Amino acid sequence: MSTKSNIAHAGKRGDKVRSDCYIEIELKKSGGLKIDLKSKVDSMFGVSIQEQIKEMSEFFGLKNANILFEDAGALPFVIAARFELAVKKLFPGIDKDFLPEFNKKNLYKTTKDRLRRSRLYLPGNEPKFYPNAGLHKPDGIILDLEDSVSPTEKEAAQLIVRNALRSVDFYGAERMVRINQLPKGLDDLKFIIPHNVHVILIPKVESAEQINLVEEKVEELKKIFKTKNEIYFMPIIESALGVINSYEIATASIYNCALAVGLEDYTADIGVERTNEGHESIFARSMIINAAKAAKIQAIDTVFSDVSDMEGLRNSVLEAKSLGFEGKGCIHPRQIKIINETFLPNEKEIDKAKKIVLAFEEAESKGQGVVSLGSKMIDAPVVKRARRIVKLAEENNLLDENWREVNSLMV
Amino acid sequence: MKLVKNSAGRLVPEKVNNQKQIPFKGIGKFKPKGNKAKPPIKTCADYPADGNKVVKNLKEALKKAGLKDGMTISTHHHLRNGDVLTNYLFDVIKEMGVKNIRWFPTASFPCHQHLIKYLDDGTIHHIEGSMNGPLGRYTSEGKMKGVGVLRSHGGRYQSIQDGEVHIDIAVIAAPTADMFGNATGDRGKSACGLLGFALADSEYADKVIAVTDNLIEFPCYPWQIQGNYVDYVVEIDSLGDPAKIVSGTTEVTKSPDRLLIAEYVAQFLEDSGIMKNGFSFQAGAGGTNLAFAVYLKEKMKKNGVKARFIRGGSTKYLVEMLEEGLTDYILDGQTFDLEGVRSMRENPKHVNTSPFTSYNYHGKGNFASMVDAVVLGATEVDLNFNANVVTHSDGYLLHGIGGWQNCLFSKCTILAIPSFRDRIPVIVDEVTTLVGPGDLIDVIVTERGIAINPKRKDLLKAVKGSSLPIKSIKELYDEVIELCGIPKKPKVNKNKVVAVVKWVDGTLLDSVFQVDK
Repeated sequence: MSTKSNIAHAGKRGDKVRSDCYIEIELKKSGGLKIDLKSKVDSMFGVSIQEQIKEMSEFFGLKNANILFEDAGALPFVIAARFELAVKKLFPGIDKDFLPEFNKKNLYKTTKDRLRRSRLYLPGNEPKFYPNAGLHKPDGIILDLEDSVSPTEKEAAQLIVRNALRSVDFYGAERMVRINQLPKGLDDLKFIIPHNVHVILIPKVESAEQINLVEEKVEELKKIFKTKNEIYFMPIIESALGVINSYEIATASIYNCALAVGLEDYTADIGVERTNEGHESIFARSMIINAAKAAKIQAIDTVFSDVSDMEGLRNSVLEAKSLGFEGKGCIHPRQIKIINETFLPNEKEIDKAKKIVLAFEEAESKGQGVVSLGSKMIDAPVVKRARRIVKLAEENNLLDENWREVNSLMV
Repeated sequence: MKLVKNSAGRLVPEKVNNQKQIPFKGIGKFKPKGNKAKPPIKTCADYPADGNKVVKNLKEALKKAGLKDGMTISTHHHLRNGDVLTNYLFDVIKEMGVKNIRWFPTASFPCHQHLIKYLDDGTIHHIEGSMNGPLGRYTSEGKMKGVGVLRSHGGRYQSIQDGEVHIDIAVIAAPTADMFGNATGDRGKSACGLLGFALADSEYADKVIAVTDNLIEFPCYPWQIQGNYVDYVVEIDSLGDPAKIVSGTTEVTKSPDRLLIAEYVAQFLEDSGIMKNGFSFQAGAGGTNLAFAVYLKEKMKKNGVKARFIRGGSTKYLVEMLEEGLTDYILDGQTFDLEGVRSMRENPKHVNTSPFTSYNYHGKGNFASMVDAVVLGATEVDLNFNANVVTHSDGYLLHGIGGWQNCLFSKCTILAIPSFRDRIPVIVDEVTTLVGPGDLIDVIVTERGIAINPKRKDLLKAVKGSSLPIKSIKELYDEVIELCGIPKKPKVNKNKVVAVVKWVDGTLLDSVFQVDK
């Protein structure tokens, strides 16, 4: 092992730091391991922290070192990531990863067409937000390596995100990671592919070629790590060029599950202010919805950034839904409930869907090839959509499972 | 110090500060006989016929009151963390060279760390009240000369009525008073709301001194403390820092996890059927509790439900509910913000209560047990639903009991707490200090789910089919341990009791031991 310097540090320190830690390792020629532990939870976890540090030191072959450890209640997966980063700064060439045990609760899979109404962004280097994020029931959790992580924290975030994918329970949310803009984003992949990531969000996509690059790299890593689960892509389109190329992007890979729009960068790119009304982005949004639907994948809207304006959020979701979007990003857990509720079908939509489904089932039982409701003919895609609405309504307690019987009684 | 095991299985000393103690016998089991304590007979002939009891300063008043070594001095926490008077009082006592005072506050705040030097130099012998923040740390490290005694607001009233604590001199901070000693907290530059916590002291203490920074012409009406109990009136420049006495506004928490907990609590009241016309509830001023009130209000409006009364600590959120007609009354124990003070002053349906009406163990009933649901906090809850509010899991004493123990007697006691804080589990196998017996604690609401005490089969049945995440307390515990790991117990010196926790009836519920550094 070669070293650059004999002292390195990682993590966060200061009065405001919570649920995180700071580690400083100074290599010595002799004297064994000296651990200086300053922990806010010392009386409860001091012993187990000491053990964890010793175990990791042994794993990385650290024999003689002074280790300063300042702790504000970091969970073990955070301590591990911080320690590993400090070691890797000391030995840049080291080819060993200290992987926390894989939590069995994190083995669940996803499907290409699952609900993606709400996806909650979690900054990649802020692990304190992780353990409770899933409790707010977003459809998806995004561990973000891109814009929410400053350039100096990228390596730290990679390790935190990797460890979180293995050990943090996200309570059934779809497990997403937003990688960095290509080509840097390609380096992020090895930190997430072996750890049951479900969806990779690819930012600032402008061409199909970029999706192909990601797909090639993912396939390569899947072979190396013998990863079997399906991993989907959600390209995010954030520029004028990306909007123009959106259909080619949407159809670039069979693993694309959705196309998302990012309006902060897009409005900057076309040189206008972003407004709440959103007239300036109507073309981009419609184009992306159209491209996604043509490619038979989901269209997902941008985030609503005023976290205190819940009425504004609801209106924004209603508008997105009316345009054809099926989901929206969240930057605060309190936005989730409103987004999830508002994307669900309303009473009128459910009523109409019920009638269509009943008409279809009746026609089917009579062996009729043509479905009609009143004097109107109903096409197959309309039936499919109605069935999806009914299923959603049933799953979300908006419609009793036995509605057919109740319906016939009322008739 | 000889320790005995009480009926809750906790070790408590036989004697505290040389007073013999009765170990906890079980809830509602200890019923002392005989008569209540009696204040000394006074004669009006000894007081100025013109009603003017004003003396020139606090030192003079203390001298006239006969202050001497070893006396018990009481103060009250109306002024909260803005209290300047108590610190000034002990500056004067120190100056007079008096020693070994038993300080008997209704609560202490971080501002009272000023008094640590008087604990060090022997001016104060020990504290019977609450030991918050720096005073708690000081006590936990075994630096206080005597043993601290922690009582609930109701337990404090009981100890005075039982004669267990005899107050020599009560010093009452009065934001507005007249020369006769009539006093109120709802007006004046240091307005704090009400003075209910000082009621027992005014009735039972040998000598009562009212200290005001707003002396007005007789009569100060309406009064909260009656001048007929007051011996001396002292005017000073300032009782405290108004910004710290009441906050301008109290704010709902912004933490998404705490908002989630608050939302679950409100939903629990709705789904369990507790929220119905004519119901009552109590919620404190913590950020989670405020948010709970906001969510509950939405639900009440949506369902057309009106409460008969809400018990405060009042805040602008409760005042809004009163003014919008969502409750007939606020029965208030203390006011936390300026809106609460204004409402109490102006609205006859915003009623001024005291530990006597709400919490008194020797009363012929009290309000606390009549409340349909109360929402409280805790530092720890264990697998038997026992809860702790005075120490943290590291063994350090950090909070007082306040009205917490008394409120446990409501028809449905809900603890709204995070399941862990910065790796420190709040759901534990066994509480560090027992302050609330699990038999009185019905529901634990955390961000990870809701646990209902298995003894409350009625509540379990009521929420069957609800979309709430109902779990067992063991399931919550296991989830927390999986995240945080199993915490080690604090290292304490089991031979050195630094404070005791009284139950509402005056018996000893648990001991707090010296923390080994």
